[in-house]
Amino acid sequence: MLPYVFCIILIGIGLYAVLTKKNLLKIVIGFCLIEYGVNLFIVMVGYRWNGLPPIMLTPDDKTLFVDPIPQALVLTAIVIGLATTAVLLAIVIRVYKRYGTLDLTELKRLKG
Amino acid sequence: MSNLICLFVVIPLFTAFLIGILYKLHNSVADTLTNVCIFALTCLSVLFVSQVAGNNALVYKIGGWIPPFGIVFVVDSLSVLMLILVNTVSLFAAIYSISYMNRYTSKPYYYILFLLMLVGMNGIIITGDLFNLFVFIEIASISSYALVSFGIQHEELEASFKYMVIGEIASTFILFAIILLYAWGGSLNMADIAFRINGDSLGSANSMVRFVSVLFIFGFGVKAAIVPFHAWLPDAHPSAPAPISSMLSGVLIKVLGIYALTRVLYSVLGITFVIQNVLLTLGAISMVAGALLALPQIDFKRMLAYSSISQVGYIILGIASGNFIGITGGLFHLVNHGVFKSLLFMDAGSVEFATKTRKLNELGGISEKMPITHGSFLTGALSIVGMPPFNGFWSKLLIIIGLAQSNHTGLALLAICIAVVTLAYYLKIERSVFWGKLKEGLEFVKEAPFSMAFSMIMLAIICFVGGLLYFHPILKDAAQVVHQGTIYANHLLK
Repeated sequence: MLPYVFCIILIGIGLYAVLTKKNLLKIVIGFCLIEYGVNLFIVMVGYRWNGLPPIMLTPDDKTLFVDPIPQALVLTAIVIGLATTAVLLAIVIRVYKRYGTLDLTELKRLKG
Repeated sequence: MSNLICLFVVIPLFTAFLIGILYKLHNSVADTLTNVCIFALTCLSVLFVSQVAGNNALVYKIGGWIPPFGIVFVVDSLSVLMLILVNTVSLFAAIYSISYMNRYTSKPYYYILFLLMLVGMNGIIITGDLFNLFVFIEIASISSYALVSFGIQHEELEASFKYMVIGEIASTFILFAIILLYAWGGSLNMADIAFRINGDSLGSANSMVRFVSVLFIFGFGVKAAIVPFHAWLPDAHPSAPAPISSMLSGVLIKVLGIYALTRVLYSVLGITFVIQNVLLTLGAISMVAGALLALPQIDFKRMLAYSSISQVGYIILGIASGNFIGITGGLFHLVNHGVFKSLLFMDAGSVEFATKTRKLNELGGISEKMPITHGSFLTGALSIVGMPPFNGFWSKLLIIIGLAQSNHTGLALLAICIAVVTLAYYLKIERSVFWGKLKEGLEFVKEAPFSMAFSMIMLAIICFVGGLLYFHPILKDAAQVVHQGTIYANHLLK
């Protein structure tokens, strides 16, 4: 149970960073933390205590295996995370070029 | 026929990368390829109408794997209804882009992102696998973030950053909910999970379903811009180029938000009384807040964006009303809103194209200079405020009847009042943009070019005759899919 609690704490730290930090890069880092928390959770869902890698040597192999599906899912999730982080950072770079600052409170042209 | 389902994803994906390779050959390669591709998709989606008649469903198994293990694509009446809406609106948005996007540089990149967004939306509609749903949501979302910031001016970047942070947190929570469902049921296939939740005898499903429903309502609620989660929409939708605004407001919030929410809550988790009341409350709040926030706006497109929030509230109210007429009305309004809101955003884009401004106080009296834009805007506005015989009237009427029948008379009266407020802010646009004396500096305004005018006229015609959709069985079949709930999934597994 304890590892799952750490996952939730990691997600919580990430949310805290996104909600309170003023620097755009720190918001991106906070977002990454949320993502890592969820990815960690996915991996742990598939883990079995004393489980082996899921390779069947014989057709009637009764060894305890870890669940391979979450491992496949987490790879996809990590790749998607890479794409979103890349786009997010690209936008941050453009914002820096336009506004000359990374301070979130300076981005206030859209209101209403 | 079921082998053709995968083409909804394959064709746009292939065309997107083909444009990336071929666009240097000639200037019109990107335009032609995109429009031909989306036209083919529209025809394909219409072909499926007869296939799903009478609540039939087609299943395509990727790689031949049997359903609970492999990924499946499922097309039922609800999917076909959504596919036709998405592909038709995309077709007109793509035709509109031919002239409109000449203002921007790097048009081919725009088309690539446009098609990838279409891949994501078509994928969400046809997929029968929860993780696959997440992947397609991300494809559609990431392309939409890039498209919102396409102008790379101050406003676009700010809107895109805001949209992206909020949207990505929502996506992560959707992923979290999907993994929780997998950890509980050991399956990712939607029909299989629905079957397991239904057949749960130990009662362990209840608490899990409740927690997961909350995560899904938050995640898809952000994507659909239901009111407590709407903060990104009034920034993101006006900042995008006009055809993208019309795609985002017209179909993206419906597919990523409402369709996915309906599919997951009704067909997979099974709707409960509590969740239904939560949805009704959120819908009512969105409807009222969106309309009241739209009233004081001075930016043309921003007002339309707030109007989208209000209309999403109507759709949620209809779907959550819990009886057949209400659900039919909700889905009908979903389709109609997709048509007239994209039309209205195209009109806003056309006004901006001609006058270079979106501020209501800098515009005025251009109705004689731009008769086609004015005529189509009037059609769209009359539809959205619910004036008979336009399509918006019939769907709002059905929603109100549905609400009254399930003893939510107060909400029904509220829906009628908000229709009047809607009329007020569309009259405000009408008065300050089109009617009255021509403002100085607008003497040289010209009507929109052919491709833009063509899209607007076609969508206006659909608004006019769209009410007839009620008599087509596809709408009732789609409502039947939602109304049947999880029973439908059992029927898929056999």
